[in-house]
Amino acid sequence: MAVVPLEASSKPTEAPSTPVTRLGEQVFDTVAEVGDVARFSILTIVWIFRKRPRWSVLVPIFYAIGVKSVSVVAITGTFIGMVLAVQAYHQFAMMGLATRLGSVINISIVRELGPVLAATMLAGRVGSSMSAELGTMRVTEQIDALSALGTNPIYYLVVPRFLACLLLIPLLTLMGDFMGVIGGAVISTQVLNVDSFAYWKHTRDFVDSLDIFAGVFKSYFFGAAIALISCHRGFNSKAGAEGVGRAATEAFVFSFIVILFLDFVLGLLWNSIYSAMYPQSEGLL
Amino acid sequence: MNHDGAAMVEGVRKEDGLIALRGVTMRFRYQTVLKEIDLTIRRGQTVCIIGESGCGKTVMLKLMIGLLHPTKGRVEFDGADVASLSGPDLVKMRLRFGFLFQMAALFDSLSVFDNVAFGLREHRVCGEQEAHRIVLDRLKEVGLPAGVESKKPAELSGGQRKRVGLARALAINPEVMLYDEPTTGLDPIMSDVINELILQTQQTKKTTGVVVTHDMKTVTKVADRVVMLYPLSRLEPGESQVLYDGPPEGLEDSPDPRVGQFVRGEAGERLREMALQRHGSGR
Ligand SMILES: Nc1ncnc2c1ncn2[C@@H]1O[C@H](COP(=O)(O)OP(=O)(O)O)[C@@H](O)[C@H]1O
Ligand SMILES: [Mg+2]
Repeated sequence: MAVVPLEASSKPTEAPSTPVTRLGEQVFDTVAEVGDVARFSILTIVWIFRKRPRWSVLVPIFYAIGVKSVSVVAITGTFIGMVLAVQAYHQFAMMGLATRLGSVINISIVRELGPVLAATMLAGRVGSSMSAELGTMRVTEQIDALSALGTNPIYYLVVPRFLACLLLIPLLTLMGDFMGVIGGAVISTQVLNVDSFAYWKHTRDFVDSLDIFAGVFKSYFFGAAIALISCHRGFNSKAGAEGVGRAATEAFVFSFIVILFLDFVLGLLWNSIYSAMYPQSEGLL
Repeated sequence: MNHDGAAMVEGVRKEDGLIALRGVTMRFRYQTVLKEIDLTIRRGQTVCIIGESGCGKTVMLKLMIGLLHPTKGRVEFDGADVASLSGPDLVKMRLRFGFLFQMAALFDSLSVFDNVAFGLREHRVCGEQEAHRIVLDRLKEVGLPAGVESKKPAELSGGQRKRVGLARALAINPEVMLYDEPTTGLDPIMSDVINELILQTQQTKKTTGVVVTHDMKTVTKVADRVVMLYPLSRLEPGESQVLYDGPPEGLEDSPDPRVGQFVRGEAGERLREMALQRHGSGR
């Protein structure tokens, strides 16, 4: 009788899967993944300088990423300002420091909440949809079709999205800052009856343009990270609706983690630069 | 069996073999898909690659155009190692190929017109007016009605998409056409239309063709030569993965019973295996 090759016997015997080997694989995968994102990022940057994308490609992407994100960033910004005012008011009022609300709310917004929120919204609204779009293109071989037609997919697909995120996120951040500041001020001075003059005076004493710049500076890194992570996820999407859905989710989750990580690292960096420039004030490092 | 002749002399090679796979092995992370494949495709030839799903036919096409690089061995196009090409040379090589993808792979965000014009515009092959004329010509050649050029790919039927895909591939006047399962998923009439278009392309444009298919009608209609691949996981140790390499007329008479089974569509051995597995797992 003929020997029937069953699945198991036709494959080389593999090492048994133990918790240790699985952990090893996981670590190996993570390192390989980080390396791959780095390679992808370098290629993207090389292509930015090699060939400028066409306007007909850039404009719709800038529109989709920038203009369509304005409302969501504005709304979340406003609410964060208002929530901050409501939450902080009682503590400050108890100590008789209600007029200090202005400095606390506004410094939190321009240095931390504005940039991080704008980035989170961009990651959620734009990052996951870019990843799903590119993932669909990968799965339906459209990315291969680009290469087959002699067009580099990184040049055609990633560079425009990267530029849009990088160049538009500072504007979105400023927009979020502005709405947050307005939201906080309206609640504080109109609803909670904090003295308006004192509110703004304390704001002006404690918040300067350098603080706003610190937030905007960080946002460039957030925008770059969102674009690169989301496009990379999309490019490596696995087949099927499930694969594309997972790419979109992962794009958001990874972007969000990296945003928080960068926020921490850039915060430290900024403080040490600041204390180097103005030695009398103390930095964290 | 390798009727392209293993005894080819160095030097004649370049003219003789436009595409050559030399000892090509393709390994993905969890499986080896192709193993030590040798295949030379001559200029002007139309080769059908047949074999069951998952045996590596698409991978083979992607190797030829350098979308994938072999783990071992080399792929040559017109004498050059495909893996070593980059920059303008790579683009030049790619533009000598037309690739009809299995699901057509039209760009969703672009209109039919922009899809077909893509290669022409991206590489500034010609002016916009000339491009306009070429696009409409190509669409007419594949038998699509006027007016279709302003539609989005999502509005087209499967057969129309395939034909737009064909028009897009042909727009840049390729020397070699790669077709990935051109008739899969189409009704018999539309399949015949596509087969006819492949034949027409081959005759009027003198293209070299590689047609991946498991449609025997396509094989009989267009093939000068048939190569049958077999899934590596089902192969006995030491066997070549290419079960058949020869003219289409010889398929039925192949000494290997697996070739005839595939051509006639007989599951044979597989059914017995399935029964055995069911039996085995039931115990
Ligand atoms: N990029 C890839 N990564 C991992 N595995 C792949 C990749 N492309 C193809 N494969 C695997 O290679 C095998 C052959 O695929 P393919 O060439 O598409 O088969 P077919 O002969 O049906 O066209 C499949 O098992 C598939 O899962
Ligand atoms: Mg296939």
